[in-house]
Amino acid sequence: MYWNERYECLPEDELRELQVERLQATVKRAFFNVPFYRKAFQAIGIEPGDIKSLDDLQKLPFTTKQDLRDNYPFGMFAVPMSEVVRIHSSSGTTGKPTVVGYTRHDIDVWAELMARALVCGGTTRHDIIQNAYGYGLFTGGLGIHYGAERLGASVIPISGGNTRRQIMIMKDYGSTVLTCTPSYALHIAEVMAEMGISPEELKLRCGIFGAEPWSENMRQEIEKRLGISAVDIYGLSEVIGPGVGIECQEKNGLHIFGDHFLVEVIDPVTEKPVPPGQLGELVITSLTKEALPVIRYRTRDITSLIPGTCSCGRTYVRVARFTGRTDDMLIIRGVNVFPSQVESVLLEMGGTEPHYLLIVDRQGALDTLEVKVEVSDSLFSDKVRGLEELEKRLVNELESTLGISVKVTLVEPKTIERSEGKAVRVIDKRKI
Amino acid sequence: MKIKQLSVFLENKSGRLAAVTRLLAGQGINIRALSIADTSDFGILRLIVNDPEQAYAVLKEAGFTVSLTEVLGVEMPDRPGGLSNILSILEEAGINIEYLYAFIGKGDNGALVIFRVEELDKAITILQDKGITIVEGEKIYRL
Repeated sequence: MYWNERYECLPEDELRELQVERLQATVKRAFFNVPFYRKAFQAIGIEPGDIKSLDDLQKLPFTTKQDLRDNYPFGMFAVPMSEVVRIHSSSGTTGKPTVVGYTRHDIDVWAELMARALVCGGTTRHDIIQNAYGYGLFTGGLGIHYGAERLGASVIPISGGNTRRQIMIMKDYGSTVLTCTPSYALHIAEVMAEMGISPEELKLRCGIFGAEPWSENMRQEIEKRLGISAVDIYGLSEVIGPGVGIECQEKNGLHIFGDHFLVEVIDPVTEKPVPPGQLGELVITSLTKEALPVIRYRTRDITSLIPGTCSCGRTYVRVARFTGRTDDMLIIRGVNVFPSQVESVLLEMGGTEPHYLLIVDRQGALDTLEVKVEVSDSLFSDKVRGLEELEKRLVNELESTLGISVKVTLVEPKTIERSEGKAVRVIDKRKI
Repeated sequence: MKIKQLSVFLENKSGRLAAVTRLLAGQGINIRALSIADTSDFGILRLIVNDPEQAYAVLKEAGFTVSLTEVLGVEMPDRPGGLSNILSILEEAGINIEYLYAFIGKGDNGALVIFRVEELDKAITILQDKGITIVEGEKIYRL
């Protein structure tokens, strides 16, 4: 049930004490070794000695993805390169990649956190883990891999892609745990159905899915189609990779490993903390990172804090399932739209395959939003009226949720391109 | 007394109907009757074939959204008033017709009309009471 019971169930006052000590050490490390942090602290008149309690965290400046880019590639590192044993980076699709480094100790901590996460998510050392996260510069593959080895489970480093082969190996090797993005899990389920393989023919019993926001309905869909228990895992390369937080079997929020990370949820516009339960942007401060400490890193991930202790016994603060990203946010005719809002509407309509695509365009001066939805068997009607009613219901639901007018287009199954990594949900054709 | 009809969801783009007919042809499935209802975005292809179960499996396998529905086949004289008589019977009984399509030449009396109604069993009883011939599914599949 626990990998490291002592730390996972640390009494709250002891946890706070540990957090303060570690925060002070991190702030010192950043201040004395990273010119960027020294300048940022000095600009607002803060010194490491000013941080005396957890409340003082709010005195510290934020760090953004842009800050990492401005210091590309190694400017944010707090140790000399001779101590860096691993480098990961983002894909750089939206600009310069963000580069992160790890000392030997960082890798060790990461493996420890991933082992904890795997156990928290329902994995044991007797499991065969099919790791379909991408291996390479992306942190998903190697992060899970090291954690699985630390745990002592058997790991199949299959990486993403080649779905039919994934399924064959899953069947032949008797994989019991699947790790990948939730959209890829759903794609695997579809290909399985095409191949005529039922979940009963597999030994798969749980799945640990992350790297993109997904809904409760999508979880149920995956659990039903693959015959497994699915949990959400969270992480980001700038902070460490997967293993920052994970759901336990209660599936009621992700436990953030509080002995290594401090979390806040802020209003992305006012930058002030929001009360528990209210949506905002997750901000993370690393407490033990050596090579790349981050202070109040703005993740752009949208969630809320869940107050109260979890019945699983872990004392860490929890965050709710992520509903989107501040940078996925589309501004259509001045209104903020998140693809995840569309997803939850489609799923709540019942039976809709969670395959959809948002196409944003501009006609004259007016933005337009088209939502393409694949027609599943359960939505299909042999009457034109039936399908027109479905379209109308979708339009009404979407318009009332999003607050803008929408065109819904029903399309044939499997016509929206599937992704083997993070799903592509938006095509923005506007020329700004 | 009922006929199994296949309905297939098609996007309104070129080649989709051809794809369906090619698939069926490849499996030796013979189309007995068809109709298409279309809007600007999509169409619903309705088919009566010699082997509905096999056709369903083939289309499903190929990834189409397809359903099997039960419809009613009615024989009628191929002359003015033939259809009108039947529609009047259904109207009197208060049975709504969702859609219908007709084909001529193969029925014993000259014309066949396929009806999709909400109250299928009631429609069958009422038409039979009025002496109208309901065509068996097996007979249509074998036409």
